[in-house]
Amino acid sequence: MASTTQAMQPLRSAVGVSATTSTAERTSASGIWVAMFAITMSFAAFTSALFIRQASTDWTHLLIPKVLIGNTIVLILSGFVLESGRRTLLASEGGRSRGRALVVLSLLLGVVFLGGQYLAWRQLAAQGLYLATSPNSSFFYVFTFMHGVHVFGGILALAYLCWHLASNRMVRRSLLSGVATYWHFMAALWVYLLIVMYSRL
Amino acid sequence: MDQAVQPQAQAHVHAPPEGFISKYVFSLDHKVIGKQYYGLALVAVFMGMILSWLMRFHLVWPNTKVFGLELLSKNGAPGGVITPEYYLSLLTMHGTLMVFFVLTNAPFAGFGNFFLPIQIGAEDMAFPRFNMMSFWTTFVAFLVLVTAFVIPDGPPISGWTAYAPLSAIGKDAGPGLGWGQTLWAISIALFCIGQLLGSLNFIATTLDLRAKGMTLMRMPISTWAWFITSCIGLLAFAVLLPACLLLLLDRVAGTSFFIPSGLVVSDRLQNHSGGSPLLWQHLFWFFGHPEVYIAILPAVGIVSHVLTNGMRKPLLSAKVIIYSMMAIGFLSWMVWGHHMFLSGMNPFSSLLFSFPTLTITIPATIITLIWLGSLYGANIQINTATFFSLGFISMFVTGGVSGFFLAQPSIDIYLHATYFVVGHFHMVMGVAAIFAIFSGTYFWFPKMFGRMMNEKLGMVHFWITLIGAYCIFMPFHYLGIAGNVRRYASFVDDFMPGLMPLHKFITIAALITGAGQLVFLVNLIHSRFRGKLAPDNPWNGTSLEWSIPSPPPWNNFGADHPIVYHDPYQYGVKGAMGDFVMQTSPEKIENEAT
Repeated sequence: MASTTQAMQPLRSAVGVSATTSTAERTSASGIWVAMFAITMSFAAFTSALFIRQASTDWTHLLIPKVLIGNTIVLILSGFVLESGRRTLLASEGGRSRGRALVVLSLLLGVVFLGGQYLAWRQLAAQGLYLATSPNSSFFYVFTFMHGVHVFGGILALAYLCWHLASNRMVRRSLLSGVATYWHFMAALWVYLLIVMYSRL
Repeated sequence: MDQAVQPQAQAHVHAPPEGFISKYVFSLDHKVIGKQYYGLALVAVFMGMILSWLMRFHLVWPNTKVFGLELLSKNGAPGGVITPEYYLSLLTMHGTLMVFFVLTNAPFAGFGNFFLPIQIGAEDMAFPRFNMMSFWTTFVAFLVLVTAFVIPDGPPISGWTAYAPLSAIGKDAGPGLGWGQTLWAISIALFCIGQLLGSLNFIATTLDLRAKGMTLMRMPISTWAWFITSCIGLLAFAVLLPACLLLLLDRVAGTSFFIPSGLVVSDRLQNHSGGSPLLWQHLFWFFGHPEVYIAILPAVGIVSHVLTNGMRKPLLSAKVIIYSMMAIGFLSWMVWGHHMFLSGMNPFSSLLFSFPTLTITIPATIITLIWLGSLYGANIQINTATFFSLGFISMFVTGGVSGFFLAQPSIDIYLHATYFVVGHFHMVMGVAAIFAIFSGTYFWFPKMFGRMMNEKLGMVHFWITLIGAYCIFMPFHYLGIAGNVRRYASFVDDFMPGLMPLHKFITIAALITGAGQLVFLVNLIHSRFRGKLAPDNPWNGTSLEWSIPSPPPWNNFGADHPIVYHDPYQYGVKGAMGDFVMQTSPEKIENEAT
């Protein structure tokens, strides 16, 4: 979108990140925030479903796999790394390669997070807890899967950003800030889901 | 509200389309996408109407053959006679097609896509690719839904609200509740994704792509309506999507979100436990009530826009209409429980839902009073678009008044499962919104296709539809008060024979009114190819869509980016071109509020 508009943005030295706020940048920012509202609403609906469903007598607590703590640390760390990369790309002269490395690292940490989530499923399955075993296990799988789908979307966006950075193209600031905003949102959403799961499941 | 004017982007958001596919099929152009949505709604509305004919026919002549129907469903209509179960299938598909694929697609996604960017002076939507994906996801959702007609299982019988546990169990619960219901749930989930993408686009476009001088309060009421509707849609469809996913899991993965313990259906104990059927109703109606406003607010916007033009004077207060629409949008989140007074929900909750339901009638009444008050001293133009707008007000008031009764739990408990409710929502949400669609069609057709529609045929169509709609839906209220239950496939109880003549009258009215829509179809198709060529501004309109050629070029405003000088409804003033001043005209207007 708006490729010709981007092309007219002035370069910020060797970093290659556009500097001014264009219409395309404003729409990207609006788009990300609006999408985050919708995602928040979806998870609010899932949470409401959990609150209503837990009134039933078959609600039996399950032990949340410990690996989730490690996964949480990985996802938050990934956010910090991406933020550091974003600031490097925006601020320092000639910081493109360092910034790029940090973005790639945050992507890899995102992949590790998803791998960790898969491990958590394997651990639950090893206990005989599958999707339909109990309402608690159902909600655990639904929450983690739906969050995972959104994280996967973030990983694709990070990969797109890495590809742009690697090919020495100019990177729109809106792409950088949009991906970063979304990625931080994924971490915040996960912390929220973790609290809900620990306190309710 | 007045914000600093924002400069337009200097280059177009996408290249000019080349070739048939990118011009007409996978088009990024918001105008083509708007027409695609409108076309899909047109197909869906004729399908939905034929289904309603079949239902009305079966209600009064339950044992009569419908020629050729056995070809569509051997089990549902053996020998062409509709079974009670197939009646429920027709009911479900009628509701689903009409609510989702007509009342959401045409006034919101159809007209909104075509005119929102133009009315704010933008060259396209903020995210044209998402826009294209939005339509094609909706189209696939439509195909998935209608596939239910041709599979052996047939369409589901659980109604457009798909109440659990009936919808969640599977084929044990009846015909159509195997694959038919699964297709329904997949279709609606896809539809939600399409609408979420669309809403996201509408919001970002309105916030960020307004032309120079187009402050928020200078946007036409129709644009405001699409904007507020997209805010509602964004949150409503974001709730229905998870609900459909949970329903699908209950159906195919053996979970128990909505299916209670110990349920025996078709002599078989269902292998589920602890689920809550009420949970589905809460999730569904949390979407479902705002959906009513997703259908009606764009209609309010279109009618306000068309009526102001047809009256040749401004409304008493466009701002109050906009604020009232916001109030309706806000309150729409607090009233879902009024669909559930009979559900077994705590009666105290019913009281809590009753208050905001009565409150929401206040902004709706204010809007109506502004329309009616504005008519005083108006120089009403005799044209089909204006007449359909006036018809809309009539339907909106008639259907709305019965809402006051239904908002009160004590009255609703008697009326809820009767034809009274069917009459209420068909008038206030269904027919009213369709009148607004017709009004918008006659008004904007010249801009969309560059040709005028035939006004004589338009007037014939208007009077058939107005009289027909009253003949069909007013008696529903009487039937309801008389205790005529809804959703039954035929009536055999002792009290029913006395009501059968009225049912026959309704059926005949429905057949005639439905056939009358052919006048519209003929007019639409004939005018598209043979209609008189339309000038740029056939109705002496003031908003931006009338400042560009009919039909608009691919980039809307060409190389000239519009600058907006006035609010959108400068009618009844002395302008250079007549009794109006266009938004883009730099001429000064005496006593104009800034």
